[in-house]
Amino acid sequence: MLEGIMLGLETAFSLQNLFLVVFGCLIGTLIGMLPGLGPMSIIAIMIPVAINIGDPSAALILLAGVYYGAIFGGSTSSILINAPGVAGTVATAFDGYPMARQGKAGKALTIAAISSFCGGTVGAILLLFFAPALSSVALLFHSAEYFALMVVGLSAIAAFAGSGKVAKALMMTIAGLMLATVGESALFNAPRFTMGLSDLQSGFSFVTLAMALFALPEALFLVLNPNKSNTSANNQAIKDLRITKEEAKKIAPVIARQSIQGFLIGVMPGAGATIASFLGYAVERNIAKGAEQEEFGKGSIKGLAAPEAANNAACTGSFVPLLTLGIPGSGTTAILLGALVALNVNPGPRLMIDNPSIFWAVIISMYIGNVVLLILNLPMIPYIAKLLTIPRNYLIPFILFFTMIGAYIGQNNATELLILIGLGIGATLLRFADYPLPPLLIGFILGGMMENNFARAVNLTDGAAFMYERPMTLGLLLVGVLLIVIPIFRKYRLKTNSINVADGD
Amino acid sequence: MTLDKCIAVLFLTVSIVYGYASYTYPLLPFELNMVFLPNTMPLALSVLGILISSIIILSKKQVPAESLTDGDIDFSRLRDYNWGQALGLLIAMTLYAVLLRPLGFIPSTVAFLVGCGWILGERRLHIMLASSLIGAGTIWYLVQEVLGIFLKPLPWFMG
Repeated sequence: MLEGIMLGLETAFSLQNLFLVVFGCLIGTLIGMLPGLGPMSIIAIMIPVAINIGDPSAALILLAGVYYGAIFGGSTSSILINAPGVAGTVATAFDGYPMARQGKAGKALTIAAISSFCGGTVGAILLLFFAPALSSVALLFHSAEYFALMVVGLSAIAAFAGSGKVAKALMMTIAGLMLATVGESALFNAPRFTMGLSDLQSGFSFVTLAMALFALPEALFLVLNPNKSNTSANNQAIKDLRITKEEAKKIAPVIARQSIQGFLIGVMPGAGATIASFLGYAVERNIAKGAEQEEFGKGSIKGLAAPEAANNAACTGSFVPLLTLGIPGSGTTAILLGALVALNVNPGPRLMIDNPSIFWAVIISMYIGNVVLLILNLPMIPYIAKLLTIPRNYLIPFILFFTMIGAYIGQNNATELLILIGLGIGATLLRFADYPLPPLLIGFILGGMMENNFARAVNLTDGAAFMYERPMTLGLLLVGVLLIVIPIFRKYRLKTNSINVADGD
Repeated sequence: MTLDKCIAVLFLTVSIVYGYASYTYPLLPFELNMVFLPNTMPLALSVLGILISSIIILSKKQVPAESLTDGDIDFSRLRDYNWGQALGLLIAMTLYAVLLRPLGFIPSTVAFLVGCGWILGERRLHIMLASSLIGAGTIWYLVQEVLGIFLKPLPWFMG
C-alpha cells in the first residue's frame, strides 16, 4: 500500500496535475454557484476537456476537482439566497440560510468551507486505507436495505415537526411523495398522473421544485415585508467571519461523526450525498440537547456543519464502488465511469493491479483538491458574502432571474418556468399558513428512490416479508421509526411536564 | 376557517382525486400479475393523505400564537405588506416565461431585470440597464459559449 501511496503522490504532485486540480476546483465552484447546474451537469460539460488531455489520471484529477468545487459552489447559493441547486445541499439551506438572514453569511460560508474540507479529507483518508475492504460491505446492501435507508433519510422531517406542526410536516411529506410519482418511473412502463401533459412526462424537475419551494417564496417575502429587507442581513453580511473557539468546540464532534457516517453512506451505491446530508442532519438534531436542538432550522451552526461534512465525505465515499467494483454509486460517478471507459481504463477489481498509478493518484488528488478548495475559498468568502449587500432593488430582480434561469437551463423548456411560478405561489401560500416546506422537498427527493427500491425488494421476495426477515432492513427501519418518534415523544413529555408544574404552582 | 384549514381541505380534495386516479389507473395485462403495481404506492399515499388532512381539519387545537409570529410573517401587519409589488413581480415573471423564447434570451432578460427594478422603485434606469446588460450578457456567454448549452440570444426575426 505504501508503495501505491508513493506512486500516487508522485503522479498527483506533477505540475500539470496540480494545475488541473486548481483549475477544476475554480471552474466547479464558479459554475456550481449557479442554481440549476449541479456537479453532474458540470462534469458532463467538462468531459470533452478531460478526454482531450489524454492522460487518464490527469483527466480524473481534473474531474474530481470539478466535483468538489461544484458541491462547495452549490452550498454557497443555498446559504446566500436559499436556492439549493443540488439535492445534496438542500439540508445546508435549512440552517445556512437563516444564519445568512441573521447577518452571519460570512460565518456560515466559513463553517461550510471548513466542514466540507474536513468531510472531504476524512473521506479521502478512509478511502486510502479502507477502499478495498469496504467494497465488499457495499455489496451486502440490497434493494430491501436501500428502501430502509430511504426511510431513515425521511426521518429528517422530524426536525421540522415543531410545536403543533407534526401533522402539517407529515402532510407536506406526503405531498412531496405524491409529486414524486408524477411522470415516468424506472420500473414501470407508462407515465403516471401526467394529466395528458407531455411536459410532465419526465415528472417535476428537482431544480424547479427546489427553486419554487425555497428561493421564490423567500424573494417574494423580501418584497412583501418592507421591514424584512431593511433590517435584514444587508448591512452586516460580512461582519463576524471568524469562528470562535467555543463554536469550533461545538462543531468539531459533529464534523468528526458526520464525516465518518457520510463516508459510509456514500460507499453504498445509490445512497449518495443527498441521503448522507439528510441523515446527518437528522442524527445531529437528535443528539443535540435542549436549547441546541430547538435552534435547528433557525440558524444552528451544528445544523449547518453536519450536512456539509456528510455530503462531502459521501462524495468521496462514492468513489469506493466506482474504483474498486466499477459500479457507479450516483449520477455523477456514472458520468465519471463513462469518461474512464472513454479513456480506455476499466474501473473494477483489477484497476488497482493494472493501473495502480490512476487508482492512487485519484485518491491523493482528492486530498489535494480539498486543500486547494479551502485555500481558494477562505479568502473569497468576504467577497462572496458581500453579494448580500447589493441594494434590494438590484438584488431581488437578480435572485428571481437566477431562480428562473436555473430551472430553464436544465430542461430548456419554457413551460418549466410557468410550473415554477405556479408552484412558487402555492409554496408562498403554504408558508403563510405555517406549513413547513422542507419535508415536501425531502419527500420528493426520496420518494422515487424509495418506491423503486421497495418495488424491487417486493418483486424479488414475492411479498413485503423482507421488512422483518432481513435483520439489516429491520434494524434500519427501527432506527428510522425511532428517529421520528423520539423527538415527538420528548416534546410531548416536556409539554405535559410544564403543564403539571404550572398546576402545582 | 383559517388559511391552514383551507389548505388542508384542498389537500383532502387533491388526495381523493389522486386516490381515484390511482384506483382507476389503467394497468397493462402483464402488470396485473406483478406483486407491486404502479398504483400500489399512490393508493397508499392517497389513504395517508386523506387521513392526515382530516386530522388537521378536525383538530380543534389552534396554532399557538407565538409560532405565527416567530418566523418571517407578521400577521398583524399584513396590510402594510407590498402586495402590489409582489403581484407585479409575479406578472413580470410570467411574461418572462412566455416571451423568453420568441424575444430571445438577452432582450427578454434585460427587459425582465429592468422591469423588476422599476416595479421595486428603482428609477435610475441607466444603472439598471447597464447592470442588466452586463448580467444577461455574462450569463449568456457562460452558458452558451463556455458550457455549450443552447440559449437563443436574439429575437425570432434576427435569426
